[in-house]
Amino acid sequence: MKICLVVDDSRVIRKVARRILEDLGFEVAEAADGVEALAWCRTITPHVILLDWNMPNMNGLEFITQLRAEPAGDQPRVIFCSVENDLERIRQAMAAGADEYIMKPFDGDIVASKLTMAGAL
Amino acid sequence: MTPRDLELAAKLCAERAGLSVDPDKHYLLENRLAPVARREGFSSIEELMAAVRNREEERMVWAVVEAMWPAETSFFRDPATFELIASDVLPKLARRAGKAPLRIWSANCGAGQEVYSLAMLLAEQTSFGAGVELFASDLCERRLEKAQSGLYSQFEVQRGLSAHRLVRHFESAEEGFVLSPRVRQTVRWRRVNLIEDIARLGQFELIVCRHLSAHLAQAARERLFANLTSARAPGGCLVLGGGETAPGLVCAAERPGFHVRPGGERAAA
Repeated sequence: MKICLVVDDSRVIRKVARRILEDLGFEVAEAADGVEALAWCRTITPHVILLDWNMPNMNGLEFITQLRAEPAGDQPRVIFCSVENDLERIRQAMAAGADEYIMKPFDGDIVASKLTMAGAL
Repeated sequence: MTPRDLELAAKLCAERAGLSVDPDKHYLLENRLAPVARREGFSSIEELMAAVRNREEERMVWAVVEAMWPAETSFFRDPATFELIASDVLPKLARRAGKAPLRIWSANCGAGQEVYSLAMLLAEQTSFGAGVELFASDLCERRLEKAQSGLYSQFEVQRGLSAHRLVRHFESAEEGFVLSPRVRQTVRWRRVNLIEDIARLGQFELIVCRHLSAHLAQAARERLFANLTSARAPGGCLVLGGGETAPGLVCAAERPGFHVRPGGERAAA
């Protein structure tokens, strides 16, 4: 079963995302910030990461920058999932190595569509 | 809505546009007609339908018919269709068109997502450019106006459009995202009723008209396919939705929806 790591400081968002992802056949793991997510990725590489932007300790952009700089190996697909909807921010996320970008609020159709576009479904 | 109003709305849809509307689906009619009533300054759908019945104003009649016209659309709907158009159909058609411009028609373009998906594909292929005429039509004036604005909500741009294409082809707008003028200006627009005589439009190497025929009554469906088949240039391709079939054309193997003339001419799909 494919693993999706949901990285978001909101427990509610993690719960909503978990429900959608489990319906799509993913095993779901959760992290509340970038530090926790990075530690997780160094143990088991998830297939895909759903990544919030604004989080305490380490934000999404800092996380993906560090993730993509990790020594060569399996790299997960990363889909940003954020309230940030400015095109410049989206460009910044893509330039940092994101595969797709979801603007909150989202629903199951949008998540499935973006996972497909990112090659993760 | 009263049974009399439901029947009148269904009758007008059938007469004017060949649209098959089941008067028993009152929830659908009410959902679509309530915004029309509000927009036109009526306090209820009943008032709107009374005005349609008594005044016989063409504008009001068409407001009802257009509101019932199928509206479901998204960017790159059925992505495999667009992948085939980009990788296979367009290169073949471009080789055959030679110096003449390649004419492409999105026949039921709705709010523009389908024709703009084609426009983005063309913008991403350097081998095309000035040699393509991209034409879009719809029955509904309001949807054509929205389409021409190129303005889409956050929800709309997340349906089928990749983030890469969003940042490449769109600009931020006050209430959403607007397609760049460079892409938007490649499309020419016209209101067309697909069951009327459309010979004036000429012929096209590629026609896309998906997921419409199932909404039409039998006679209108036959007229639609006769029109689309006549508008298809020799060797051209008609793209329908998967499962739709046009009499006289065959669906190309392994390419659901891609219809060409059987034998006799070099096919694009």
